[in-house]
Amino acid sequence: MAEILVIMLAAILTENFIFIKFMGICPFLGVSDKIDKSLGMGFAVIFVMTLSSAVTWVVYHFMLVPLGLEYLQTIAFILVIASLVQFIEMFLKKNVPALYSSLGIFLPLITTNCAVLGAALLNISNGYSFIESVVFGFSAAVGFTLAVLIFAGIREKLKYADVPESFKGTPIALITAGLIAMVFSGFSGISFT
Amino acid sequence: MNILYAVLCFAGLGVLFGVLLSVASRVFEVKTDPRVDQIKECLPGANCGGCGFSGCGDLAERIVKGEAKTNACPVGGVEAAEKIAEIMGVEAEAPVRMRAQVMCSGVNGLAVKKYIYEGEADCNAAVKLGCGDRMCPNGCVGLGSCVKHCRFGAISVIDGVAVVDYEKCTGCGVCASFCPKKIIKLVPFEAEYHVGCSSLDKGAVTRTYCDAGCIGCKLCEKACESGAITVSDNVAKIDYTKCTDCGKCAEKCPKKIIKKGKK
Repeated sequence: MAEILVIMLAAILTENFIFIKFMGICPFLGVSDKIDKSLGMGFAVIFVMTLSSAVTWVVYHFMLVPLGLEYLQTIAFILVIASLVQFIEMFLKKNVPALYSSLGIFLPLITTNCAVLGAALLNISNGYSFIESVVFGFSAAVGFTLAVLIFAGIREKLKYADVPESFKGTPIALITAGLIAMVFSGFSGISFT
Repeated sequence: MNILYAVLCFAGLGVLFGVLLSVASRVFEVKTDPRVDQIKECLPGANCGGCGFSGCGDLAERIVKGEAKTNACPVGGVEAAEKIAEIMGVEAEAPVRMRAQVMCSGVNGLAVKKYIYEGEADCNAAVKLGCGDRMCPNGCVGLGSCVKHCRFGAISVIDGVAVVDYEKCTGCGVCASFCPKKIIKLVPFEAEYHVGCSSLDKGAVTRTYCDAGCIGCKLCEKACESGAITVSDNVAKIDYTKCTDCGKCAEKCPKKIIKKGKK
């Protein structure tokens, strides 16, 4: 139990996907201009990352390992994640239309989100068990959501700030992201073990 | 041998997922009415929300389901209404022309301010700072976000409250979507009267910060013969489907905030 808690806290704070590992920067900058939009993306990532962590773990341990094909894990995972997202999209459209209308536009974006693939690969390289993998996938996505949400909150106010002409738009967003990343690096001194 | 395994394994995986997805696309197929797409093409596609639904796509679906009228789009006007009625196979009804109305009368001097705002002249910026400089949480901020976004030059800020020029207003509702306080409402163009207040606070509280605020006294509700005006959430509201423009509510209003508005 304690180990699971450590994995969760580490994935959310000290090993935050966006600010420490710099994964998933594209959606981070893309959907962080409005708080509600970033929340939608965050939930979609949580949903997909948790499921994909579970599925890729199964594929790795019950298919790639017995056949000695561990070196092909990246390709296998891309295949699995892409199909999974497609499948989830169809499933939601039919069975949970309310969830589909709120997550719908974000789901296809996640197919190519490196954070999802990153979580799957890290699960393997960290040698996590099935439960640990699912927990890691879930908490990494929570960390992602937290980061996007913080950033969206700042960007909503940034719109009205007096920013020098040459820094308007993406440059100031990147500088802000860098500053928050420094704040998050402060967590790295904390050890949960 | 190893490479054969790899090729077979991935080919199998690919085929498996391919079959799974094609089966899923049949099983989870959602039948959409072709009329939804046809109607969507007739709509302006601006997703302005003037109809009261979350966008043109949503409105198209509602029309097909019969939850919205074929003339619900205020921007598309007669032309769109006729086309949609044709698709739906019903008689075309002329759309009700709407106009925007700012539901606030708290001009400078009547509405109390809580601080002096010196930031950017934009309502959405001002409300980030303690919900704007007015004490009233539902009063016009008066910095003209609606003015900036009106493509027809129909709004101006007079004495700290936005005022709509009825002749220029097309009822598109863009101003309403940019109002941080959501106090710009669309009302039928022909309607004479409106309640010039959106305060949701109790009368005693409203009185402390605005001399032109609805105190929820219900005199208008009692005066109305057609049951069109009701007080809920401490503010009077007019149901324009019932209102007969008799003006009795305006006569009774002690705060004189039910106004004859079209001039």
